Amino acid sequence: LDLIVGSVVAAPGPPTPAKRKPTKKTKKAVVFFEVEILDAKTKDKLCFLDKVGKVLPSFSLHWYPARQSIRLDPKGKSLKDEDVLQHLPVGTTATFYFRDLGAQISWVTVFLTEYAGPLLIYLMFYFRVPFIYAPKYDFTTSKHWVVHLACMCHSFHYVKRLLETLFVHRFSHGTMPLRNIFKNCTYYWGFAAWMAYYINHPLYTPPIYGEQQIRLALTVFLFCQIGNFSIHIALRNLRPPGSKTRKIPYPTKNPFTWIFLLVSCPNYTYELGSWLGFTLMTQCLPVAFFTLVGFIQMTVWAKGKHRSYLKEFRDYPTLRSPILPFIL
Amino acid sequence: MTNPRRQLCWRSVFVTFAVCTGTMASGEEDRTVEEKETNNKKRTKGAIATAWLTFYNIAMTAGWLVLAVVMVRYYLQKGTHKGLYKNIARTLKFSQTFALLEVGHCAIGIVRTSVIVTGVQVCSRIFMVWFITNSIRQIQNEESVILFVVVWTITEITRYSFYTFNLLNHLPYFIKWARYNMFIVMYPLGVIGELLTIHAALPYVRRSGMYSLRLPNKYNVSFDYYYFLIIVMLSYIPLFPQLYFHMLRQRRRVLHGEIVVEKDE
Repeated sequence: LDLIVGSVVAAPGPPTPAKRKPTKKTKKAVVFFEVEILDAKTKDKLCFLDKVGKVLPSFSLHWYPARQSIRLDPKGKSLKDEDVLQHLPVGTTATFYFRDLGAQISWVTVFLTEYAGPLLIYLMFYFRVPFIYAPKYDFTTSKHWVVHLACMCHSFHYVKRLLETLFVHRFSHGTMPLRNIFKNCTYYWGFAAWMAYYINHPLYTPPIYGEQQIRLALTVFLFCQIGNFSIHIALRNLRPPGSKTRKIPYPTKNPFTWIFLLVSCPNYTYELGSWLGFTLMTQCLPVAFFTLVGFIQMTVWAKGKHRSYLKEFRDYPTLRSPILPFIL
Repeated sequence: MTNPRRQLCWRSVFVTFAVCTGTMASGEEDRTVEEKETNNKKRTKGAIATAWLTFYNIAMTAGWLVLAVVMVRYYLQKGTHKGLYKNIARTLKFSQTFALLEVGHCAIGIVRTSVIVTGVQVCSRIFMVWFITNSIRQIQNEESVILFVVVWTITEITRYSFYTFNLLNHLPYFIKWARYNMFIVMYPLGVIGELLTIHAALPYVRRSGMYSLRLPNKYNVSFDYYYFLIIVMLSYIPLFPQLYFHMLRQRRRVLHGEIVVEKDE
């Protein structure tokens, strides 16, 4: 195996400033580290470096840095790029374990692809592009106004998501495994097609309770969209640009963020609310199904996030639940 | 002198059992040592679980044996397979549906197999029994039905008697041989039987429109059982090789594992 040195091994802060600024004549002791990197599964020695004292360039032949997972324990968590060799619990001979994370792709790319799909696919069904419905319906429009409303809401939702990905979100991880994009796109695009087929179908049946139901649904939907956006902004403001620090989110002056008093991940709560609103608006079983599956996944994520908040912060507010106030 | 031998015997049985019930993570070896260390509480729970599992496996072996006997007797008496399904329908439904308990065993942890793998296997069997052969009468006398029922019977008798003997610590070699070798032929044959049966059922499903929901309706959804069956048939293409090679790997590991244990002794 060729030399694989990730940027983690490089100590960004060199152990001795004296080497860089020789203005003062006082010589500080230079601490050198010996570093060996072993494969996490086979425990083969991948590389051994003695005299790691300054920043090493990260060069690797086909394992680029995003793919490398360097850890202190073969089954432990990955070290971060910012970790400094000096501050890690190692002696002067450090042993790291390397794991190949597989081909990686950036989060932004994945998000943009998985959100652009439903936007376009739904519109294809809305405009009744040929080969979807019977030929006599090609390029016709539905006679029900709720269908037009649903198209606007659905499109608004995904445009919002795309803009948030580009301008609002601050991602902790740069990349994720490549196969995720296939999995995620199948999920989003598949469900979008399934929902859109029935909502825009010539034989679509509008909601039973008519205008009342649609108005209520629209109110819920818009309320939760604004709420979701408020939470994203609040989370973004927690984190200065370029940093990856984690802080406890608290309610701000925006009333939509007051839900932070009761919930750890209100972005998921509002997301659930939006889709419940959309389900009510369209009265379509595939939409209900999509809402349910999304809810299950978001609950798993919310519970994980809640647990990591509790682990990281001793003073984490005890009133908060992961996703549903007092319930879940 | 006898104590360490018995401990070793327990351990090798446990490992074989864990290995044969499909728990192939290398971490399992460490877990068996851990189990031995926290023995006291777990021994009582383990004893009840073992007793129940032994009873369950004996009952299932008996159920499928009865099915085999009925089938053989019918064929010897009548000389044909027509009308056979009606005779075995109840026993088949009973035995196969009872297998749902196995998902529960995995869920509560007394059997160390993945819940999902067991769930998928049991569900596919339930689907064949209840939603194909039971509900589509016209195909009940097809040869493909007899094919997969025979395959299932042989496979299940082997499997359940394997588990039973394992739990009783007396595994005859031929049962272990049967469990890990017969599937090589049985599995593809069973798949052929199932696929042919579904294929034979298609025209009747289309004509009767059973289990289907058409538009317009207030839920704004539709379901076509005919196309659903076609998708089910297509899903065999990715799923069958995965399961087949999983079993081949298990087989190699059991034979390989045996050699390692002998070396230790």
